[in-house]
Amino acid sequence: MTEPTITPELVQKHNLTPDEYAKIVEILGRTPSYTELGVFSVMWSEHCSYKNTRPLLKTFPTKSPKILVGAGEENAGIIDIGDGLAIAFKIESHNHPSAVEPFQGAATGVGGIVRDIFTMGARPVCAINSLRFGPITNGSASAPAEGADSAIANRKSEIANNKRLFSGVVSGIAHYGNCFGIPTIAGEVYFDKSYEGNPLVNAFCLGVLRHEQIARGAAKGIDNPVFYVGPATGRDGLAGAAFASQDLTEESAEQQRGAVQVGDPFMEKLVCEACLELLATGAVAGIQDMGAAGLTCSTCETAARAGTGIEIELDKVPQRAPNMSSYEIMLSESQERMLIIVHKGREEEVKRIFDKWDLPWSEVGFVTDTGRMVVKHHGQVVADIPAKKLADEAPIYHREAAEPAYLAEVRAFRLDGIADTTDPVPQLKALLAWPSIASKNWVYRQYDHMVRDNTIVCPGSDAAVLRIKSDSLPEASNGQTVPDKFIAMTVDCNGAYVYLDPYEGGKIAVAEACRNLACSGATPLGATDNLNMPSPLKPELFWQIKESVRGLAEGCQAFNAPVTGGNCSLYNQSPNGPIDPTPTVAIVGLIEKPEHITTQWFKDEGDAIILLGDAVDTADPLQGLGGSAFLQVVHGKKTGSPPRCDLDKARALHEAVRSLIYGGSIKSAHDCSEGGLAACLAESCISQQVARETPRLIGADIDLSTIKDVRLDALLFGETQSRVVVTASPVNAGKIVAQAKILGVTATVIGKVGGDKLAIKTAGGAWSWPVAELHDSWWHAIANAMR
Amino acid sequence: MNFAVLQFPASNCDQDAIHAVRVLGHSARYVWHKDSSLGDADAVIVPGGFSYGDYLRCGAIARFSPVMQAVKQFADNGGLVIGICNGFQILTEAGLLPGALIRNRSLQFRCEHIFLKTITHDSPFTCNIPQGKLLRVPIAHGEGCFFADAETIARLRAGNQILWQYVNSEGELTDDANPNGAVENIAGICNDRRNVAGLMPHPERACEAMLGSDDGRLIFDSMIRSLQSKTTAKAA
Amino acid sequence: MPRVRTAKIVLASLGRVSQDSGPHLQVRQAFDMKAKIIITPKKAVLDPQGKTVQNALEHMGYGGIGAVHVGKYLEIELQNSDKETARKQLDEACHKFLSNPVIEDYRLEIE
Repeated sequence: MTEPTITPELVQKHNLTPDEYAKIVEILGRTPSYTELGVFSVMWSEHCSYKNTRPLLKTFPTKSPKILVGAGEENAGIIDIGDGLAIAFKIESHNHPSAVEPFQGAATGVGGIVRDIFTMGARPVCAINSLRFGPITNGSASAPAEGADSAIANRKSEIANNKRLFSGVVSGIAHYGNCFGIPTIAGEVYFDKSYEGNPLVNAFCLGVLRHEQIARGAAKGIDNPVFYVGPATGRDGLAGAAFASQDLTEESAEQQRGAVQVGDPFMEKLVCEACLELLATGAVAGIQDMGAAGLTCSTCETAARAGTGIEIELDKVPQRAPNMSSYEIMLSESQERMLIIVHKGREEEVKRIFDKWDLPWSEVGFVTDTGRMVVKHHGQVVADIPAKKLADEAPIYHREAAEPAYLAEVRAFRLDGIADTTDPVPQLKALLAWPSIASKNWVYRQYDHMVRDNTIVCPGSDAAVLRIKSDSLPEASNGQTVPDKFIAMTVDCNGAYVYLDPYEGGKIAVAEACRNLACSGATPLGATDNLNMPSPLKPELFWQIKESVRGLAEGCQAFNAPVTGGNCSLYNQSPNGPIDPTPTVAIVGLIEKPEHITTQWFKDEGDAIILLGDAVDTADPLQGLGGSAFLQVVHGKKTGSPPRCDLDKARALHEAVRSLIYGGSIKSAHDCSEGGLAACLAESCISQQVARETPRLIGADIDLSTIKDVRLDALLFGETQSRVVVTASPVNAGKIVAQAKILGVTATVIGKVGGDKLAIKTAGGAWSWPVAELHDSWWHAIANAMR
Repeated sequence: MNFAVLQFPASNCDQDAIHAVRVLGHSARYVWHKDSSLGDADAVIVPGGFSYGDYLRCGAIARFSPVMQAVKQFADNGGLVIGICNGFQILTEAGLLPGALIRNRSLQFRCEHIFLKTITHDSPFTCNIPQGKLLRVPIAHGEGCFFADAETIARLRAGNQILWQYVNSEGELTDDANPNGAVENIAGICNDRRNVAGLMPHPERACEAMLGSDDGRLIFDSMIRSLQSKTTAKAA
Repeated sequence: MPRVRTAKIVLASLGRVSQDSGPHLQVRQAFDMKAKIIITPKKAVLDPQGKTVQNALEHMGYGGIGAVHVGKYLEIELQNSDKETARKQLDEACHKFLSNPVIEDYRLEIE
């Protein structure tokens, strides 16, 4: 088979600029082969090289004495959690594949991140995810209120498509995670018009290991053999790169390129078990999964990390389709494959273990001292590239940033034209039924969130809490029992805030995540971020990226949550326009003692309800209503500067919440976020689920009548930052208020738990809601929309 | 007591079963699907998971493993065997229990706590459950809808082989309480000899208060007590 | 058309026949015969998938639909065997393994 000639058109089709191509020629000292061109194009893509975002990512705080493997070093960061134990975690996006094929796109997203974790030598113990879709109901402002029938029909079909994507993504995640046997214990889902046609699917996985079990993705030891393990390579995932040569597209239909990547969680489970078993033998010198850019990325990166070279022979790579070209084999994204570098002389152990698990394996090459990645096929060298230059020397771009014009209007927005609420009763119900706020049980009941016997706080509270016990760890020869550990995790980002003020929005994403952790009794250990952004090539869009990263970085610094790695997904836009910039942040925290684990729902009749933080930020001209769910749901406006996030205040609040929890008198803690104080109180009344069809509902009697000179809608539904509602036995209430004040946090007793109604008295009137009705609106909203 | 926990490719509740048995103060060990002996096991747990990826039908491929021959023999000799979730599916596929488990009525995987009513205390799997006690235990399955034809159901009922049914928090057999559409809300059954049982819910996930419920212990406690009384009887 | 789950099965990949260790370099072969097996849920068995597809079809305006049953279709490529032996073997495999007689019926065709 003759390879196509390298032409400027072919270079362009590979998304390489003329300058980049010139650099390739310079590195090689000659014209690249077709395979080499493909190899460079994937390694120098944004996904692998972060060429547009690297200068920004450098601003993240990445240091802490607890970090054992830091950002960018390996496939995932690793943090010490004491007693010789560590956690590895990372988040990664699979947005574009999910837009094309939601089920497989999301499933392979989970598969990819789980592989990143066991590649580090860790046993994957839980997954979480962050999802965004277009609206699934017609209730939002974006709907054409009236108009031509065709417009209405059009909207209906868009909503149907959003539902199809949502349903497909959730079942894809469920399929992969459930079969693999990893509990999916938390997540967030938002629905907004900006994500229509461009859903976001960010999958996070966390694994556990002993310090000495950390595995490295490095091709160490000259002459060490290189093994390929896992299923055979096919033409999967080549569609994204639209550069099929004439030669190949003329092949039969069966050999057609661009097959959707199909995930096989069964295979992944076996590969994971076999890899962990093999790692325990000590025979492994280096290991890396074949994720994006498959064989290409795993070979050149392992060599680059070790400062060695690697030589592989493609004839030895198991192949699923006949007549695959070297280009196709190197760029295939077939799933569940691993590259393992084994200490010479210990090959038999690989064979024995992979045979035990009935998994294919093949010795495909060896480590060299040349510093080059050499690929042979049919007796010929098809690629010969300096590994380090390929892996580490992708061009870096400092993109131009310019503040977008729309922000002037956003900042000028005032509430003058909006009458204060007079009837909050239906408004609270509408907010609770708004899919972005409504209970996500339709989602998480499809995920096995309890497998592995470690889930202490299931989905439905501020943060999920997981136990780590001895059998959570990978097998080890010196496998002594270890003390139980408790870790909490959450993923957050309010894209509307980020759109309206990328810097504040970025800070709020981190602050909210850390607030959720504090409410569950945890102290942040570290963060992983997923920048879901539009094109970096437009200055006003790059400005959004830059400003939101500045906010994230300041937030992570303030809460002592160093970033241990993450992912960038750029060019998220549909024909309707760019997505709201969505830098999701997953933060993991440690809970020192099991008795500190705290949930969000009210516990006992008569308990005092205490608001920590200011009821309303009166310095904010919008009183916390800018960008709020209330303005979106009730007034159809997604505008106004979002609430200010004072990081010092936030830090003081989180410290106070933890300190009060450690004191032992806090029975519940729930943070105020979307929907404001009223939604927070309602959720605390209705969110405890005892069993199927069996919620535990409890009312509350709230008195806010001492708070004057604020708008009623701002008091009930405003999203002023840094607020937490806690409960305690009435005898402890005074002590808690006093202690909070000492810690620099405003604290007010605002009511007591009990009854079957949520009753709220304010200076402007009193209202009440039967909790059963609130529960009904909140619990069934998504299921009703999906029916 | 010594429990054997079978390990098929992609069993994923095997570790949980071992953990639960150890929490109860007894010993448990894995038995690999290619093994043809159960060793000195006093009882067998066929754990949950997605053996062979649930390909073809849940449990259809696992039943042909060498270890299942040993399990058959063990059961034929009167040994106690409990299949949980995928384990239940494997036991029905293997013909050790009647009926079949099919796709949930909702067509969706369901993971949540449910309430179980114990229908008979006359079995080694239920003898230690207090009268009138509802068990709060999680389910996690996509194909847990128990099906059997009317004749088989009649036989199960006549033989007192229905061990657990899904009920609401008041102990009533309602349609809302049925998470998967199972015939007559059936959650678990035993064979006519009463030494082999299967259930869709996961008692091994409910053996510690910290995990939200320890009602699942009562099922394992029942097995342990009946094994102990057997040993005592033998010794006497 | 209701979506029917299809599966292409090579018996050796199901773990019953021990696999050769080492790389599986697949070679395309010409197969002498092909067996087609259609597995459907028994009429008495709850078929929520069929019901859902039926509802969707009706919702989309396709009239006159009495019932939909969603089953499985297997295609087995056969080598070196005569038709009658193959039928006998596969009939047994269908009964014992490929279908579950408690809930499914099957139809076997060899061509």
